[in-house]
Amino acid sequence: MHMHWSIDIAYLVAAILFIRGIKGLTHPRTAVQGNLLSALGMTIAIVATAFVIGLNWWVVIAAMIVGSAIGAVAAVKVPMTGMPQMVAIFNGFGGGASVFVAWGELTQRLHDVGGVSGELAESAGVHAAMFDPQFVIATALAGIIGAVTFSGSMIAYGKLQEFKIFWNPWVLPAHQLINALLALITIGLGVWLCMADTPPMAAYVLLVVVSLVLGVTLTCPIGGADMPVVIALLNSYSGLAAAATGFVISNSVLIITGSLVGASGLILTSIMCVAMNRSLANVIFGKIDASKAGASADEVYEGKIKSTSADEIAMMLDGVQRVVIVPGYGMAVSQAQHAVHDLYNELEERGVNVEFAIHPVAGRMPGHMNVLLAEVDIPYEKLVEMDAINPQFSQVDVAIVLGANDVVNPVAREADSAIAGMPILDVDKARTVIVIKRSLSPGFAGIPNPLFALDNTLMYFGDGKKTVVDLVNAIKEN
Amino acid sequence: MEFTELLIVFVLAIFIGFEIITKVPPTLHTPLMSGSNAISGITIVGALLATHAEATTTATILGFIAITMAMINVVGGYLVTHRMLSMFKKK
Repeated sequence: MHMHWSIDIAYLVAAILFIRGIKGLTHPRTAVQGNLLSALGMTIAIVATAFVIGLNWWVVIAAMIVGSAIGAVAAVKVPMTGMPQMVAIFNGFGGGASVFVAWGELTQRLHDVGGVSGELAESAGVHAAMFDPQFVIATALAGIIGAVTFSGSMIAYGKLQEFKIFWNPWVLPAHQLINALLALITIGLGVWLCMADTPPMAAYVLLVVVSLVLGVTLTCPIGGADMPVVIALLNSYSGLAAAATGFVISNSVLIITGSLVGASGLILTSIMCVAMNRSLANVIFGKIDASKAGASADEVYEGKIKSTSADEIAMMLDGVQRVVIVPGYGMAVSQAQHAVHDLYNELEERGVNVEFAIHPVAGRMPGHMNVLLAEVDIPYEKLVEMDAINPQFSQVDVAIVLGANDVVNPVAREADSAIAGMPILDVDKARTVIVIKRSLSPGFAGIPNPLFALDNTLMYFGDGKKTVVDLVNAIKEN
Repeated sequence: MEFTELLIVFVLAIFIGFEIITKVPPTLHTPLMSGSNAISGITIVGALLATHAEATTTATILGFIAITMAMINVVGGYLVTHRMLSMFKKK
């Protein structure tokens, strides 16, 4: 379709605004404005597109109202603890949209060629121009990536929402073989779509169906603490699907934007993998070998666990100078962030310096803990990254571990352990460590944590929220 | 545009992406994901084009679904990002 030059200028402005928008995210101070700039860019792109071509207005307006309403309600209602699944499902819709755009373009071109061939039956030139390699390859890619993103994101959503059917990971016999087979079939269908003189619609539909299945089988076995990697990767895919769609319809703004998002997701994926010292392939196809860990839970814990109470901790916290709180997924699960805010306030009012140490893979998505703490008005300067806080733990009076486990497990420093080499928060170097946890049950890695048995560690057993509320009351009475 | 031109745009945009996104601090990684998610709703441009006035009925229906999905992404993504970002405060 030939488009007026003004639309390209509008797309250029939109692309610049997207880049400025992401740049705004490099600091919390400029982030809100950045997001608004980015939204302005999107508005410009949409309005320019709508006004330059002759649109089927009823369809467009109806679809926009439906989509906006669903998106707005979801965005306003979601609690901050539910953010990982919200991002997962939005990713899925992005991928789905790409599948349908490529599909629509393919049906339209097949129809247009059908109309032409009556008059110019012999004119192969029309065919070649309509179905050039760029178009067919991009269509296949948009279908594959978009469909995998869609079904993978829906499974990720279900897992994060903890629907009952996902409580046990689904692993089929010869799971990797099935994945490989599905991938091969997908590629085969892609080749069929690309090599045929006229791309067969059946090839595209089958390609999408098989890719949907592949998205399910790829995501199903991955769970728990590996979820941040999956979400980041799906985020990247949704961008790549948009870029592929850009090649389908030869549209530069889709390509620019899609590659920005693709790059963003890939960077986050790699940060998450580095933070677990595992390769991407290991996260997707492998699993942590808990049997590798030498010591059993009994050997590690027997006779060495010291349990404590709210009153004892309150006394201990009286007069300390520096407290570091290490939040983990347990804080999100028990919705303890508001109680943590009260604890923070009580201690700061008593002149204690309270900071939060954030491990890159704490929670179920990159930055998950930061959002929960921001929700309860903890200033962002109080959230300290792993590399910045680790050298300082020896000067920390009390470290409070709240619902975190593997990210503070000192066996990661031992070469033969199941999580060997994973960077951890060095809480064991603090003068006193208080671990708030329901029980001694292992974390995602399935291995015991010798931190709990250290001389300077006290266990405070109970539900994350209730224990912190009790602790705050004990401090007030103390 | 020609394929090679589009390819150049694609590759350069990836480089720009890497340059700016590596500077986003970990504390904003969740808003980065939801914000970039909203941006990937740019597929809506393609979806709009699919519903142009001379489009076939099938293409229009597919376009309708695509616009709805992309719009959920755009509106939901920006709103939720705004909600999160407005919570990040200085002391």
